[in-house]
Amino acid sequence: MAGNSTGLTDLTIAETRDGLKAKKFSATEIARAHIKAVEQARHLNAFVTETPERALKDAAASDARIARGDMRPMEGVPLAIKDLFCTKGVLTTAGSHILDGFKPPYESTVTAQLWRDGATMLGKVNMDEFAMGSSNTTSYYGPVANPWTRRGDNRKLVPGGSSGGSAASVAARIAMGATGTDTGGSIRQPAAFTGIVGFKPTYGRCSRWGIVAFASSLDQAGPLARSVRDCAIMLRSMAGHDAKDSTSVDAPVPDYEAVLGRGVKGMRVGIPREYRIDGMAPEIEKLWQQGIAWLKDAGAEPVEISLPHTKLALPAYYIIAPAEASSNLARYDGARFGLREKGATLTEMYENTRAAGFGKEVRRRVMIGTYVLSSGYYDAYYIRAQRVRALIARDFTQAFEKVDTILTPTAPSAAFAVDEKTDDPIAMYLNDVFTVTVNLAGLPGISVPAGLSADGLPLGLQLIGKAFDEPTLFRAGEVLEKAAKFTARPAMVAG
Amino acid sequence: MALDRKTVAHIARLARIKVRDEELDALAVELTGILAWVEQLQKVDVKGVEPMTGAVAMKLKERDDQVTDGGQRDKVLANAPSAQAGFFAVPKVIE
Repeated sequence: MAGNSTGLTDLTIAETRDGLKAKKFSATEIARAHIKAVEQARHLNAFVTETPERALKDAAASDARIARGDMRPMEGVPLAIKDLFCTKGVLTTAGSHILDGFKPPYESTVTAQLWRDGATMLGKVNMDEFAMGSSNTTSYYGPVANPWTRRGDNRKLVPGGSSGGSAASVAARIAMGATGTDTGGSIRQPAAFTGIVGFKPTYGRCSRWGIVAFASSLDQAGPLARSVRDCAIMLRSMAGHDAKDSTSVDAPVPDYEAVLGRGVKGMRVGIPREYRIDGMAPEIEKLWQQGIAWLKDAGAEPVEISLPHTKLALPAYYIIAPAEASSNLARYDGARFGLREKGATLTEMYENTRAAGFGKEVRRRVMIGTYVLSSGYYDAYYIRAQRVRALIARDFTQAFEKVDTILTPTAPSAAFAVDEKTDDPIAMYLNDVFTVTVNLAGLPGISVPAGLSADGLPLGLQLIGKAFDEPTLFRAGEVLEKAAKFTARPAMVAG
Repeated sequence: MALDRKTVAHIARLARIKVRDEELDALAVELTGILAWVEQLQKVDVKGVEPMTGAVAMKLKERDDQVTDGGQRDKVLANAPSAQAGFFAVPKVIE
C-alpha cells in the first residue's frame, strides 16, 4: 500500500474545511496533492478528462477567499465529476462515442452550485455509457478498475456502475468526493463495491438541468464521499430548486450536517422480508443481521415489514427506463453535436451515426424502449409497467406508515471480476435488485460501507427513507458508520 | 413473445439504428430474452391501478410564457459536426 507523503489526500471534506480554516494547509496544496494522485492512478482508468489547470485556478481562488476570511461551504474540496454532468467548455462524453468532442456551452445546475460553494474541479470521470450499466464495462472509454482486489488475488474487479469512475476515484483517494447519478442504483451500488458512502436523494431534490438524460422520471444526482458527514456537506450544495428543471422541488434545503449526532433512539427500522432473495451470499445476510443489531443497540426498534411487489421492480424498470431512454436518446442524430457518420440520405446518416456511436448495451436498451413504446405494444408493456410502478410505490407508502426508515443490503454480492459475469444482460441487471425499487418510488437511499466479505472486499448496507426525509437517512447512516468502524483501505491508494 | 428477424429489423428502423443482416439473429435472441423476462408483469393484477407517470406526486410549476433565453446561435452551432451560413448542415433531403 502506497503511503501518502503529505497525508492531504486522506483527509475528509470536513477535515479539509477545518484545516483550511485553521491555515494548516492551503487549497493549492490540497489541489496539488490530488492532481499528483490522479496522475499516479491513471491505470485505474477513472478519468476521461483531467483538468489540472482548472483545479489550480479554483484552488487559488479558494486561497484568496480564505485569506479574506470569507470561506464557502465546499471551499478547496477537490471533486471528480461524473462525465454525465455538462461542464462549460470541458469535454462531456456520457461515456459514449456519440458525444465525441462535445463541449457544452453551459454548466449543469448541480456542478454550478458546487463551484459557487468553492469546490475544486479535478476532471471528468468515467462511467457506463449513458449511465446504462452496473459495472462500468459499457463505457466507450474502457472499463474502470476497482482499487480493491480480493485477498491473495490480483485480478481486476469492477467498481460497480454506472458511477464507476466516481466511486473508484473517491475510494483510491484521488478525489475527496464525486458527483454521481442514480437511475437504478448507480450511486449506491458502486459506493458499496468500493467501500465508500453514496447518497441518492429524493427525486426532485437536485436539479437535473444540464445532466445528460437517461430515464427522466428516475434520474437523480447525488454525492459519493468517504463519510456520511461528507455526503451531507456535499448534498447541501448540490440540492435546491431550479427554475430550469420543472421537476425540481421548491422547498428549502435543510442543513443536513446539523442532524448528525442525533442518533436513532426510538426510530422504527423496517426490515423487508422480500429482500431475502434466493442465491444471496450468506455473508450478505449476516451483514444485514449485524446492521439490524447495530441499530437496535443504538436504541432503534426493528420492525419486520412486507414490500410485496419487490420482485416486479426490475422487470418494470427494464420497460420504463429503456422507454424513457429511447425517447431521450433520439436527440443523438449526428446533426447538432457529437459524432456524425456519412450517409447518402438524411435517414442513412442518422442510422449510420447511431449504429457507430452507441455501444451494445445502449443499442439494446434503445431498441427495447422503441419496441415497448411502439404502436400495439404501448398499453401491454409501458402502461402496465407504470401501473406496476404505482404498486411498488404504494408498498413503500404503506410501510412508511409503520416505520421511519428501511434497512437492506445495498447489493446481492461484492465486486466481481469482469469475466465472472456472463454475457447474459439479465444476470447483470440483477445487481440492482435492492436499489431499483427506490428509484421507481422516487425515494432517497444511502449506502454505507459496513463490512468486508470473506475475501476482503467491501460490502454495503442501504437505508431507504420517506420522500424528502434525507435527514433521517443521514442520522441512521451515521449510526451504522460509527458501529461498523469501517477503516479498511483498498489495495490501491494513490498519493 | 419471440421476436423474428423481420420485427428486429423493423424496431431498428424505428430507432434509426443501422443493424447489419448478420446481426439480426443474435439481436432477436437477446431482445426476446429480455421480453420473456419482463413477461412476468402480465400476471400482476393491476385492475384499477392508475399508471404512475412521475416519481413524486407534485404539481408542475408554471411560469409566464415569456422568452427567457436565446440569441445564442453561434454557441449552439459550435458543437455541430457541420454548420454552414448559420445553419446545421445535413445531407440533401429534397432532390
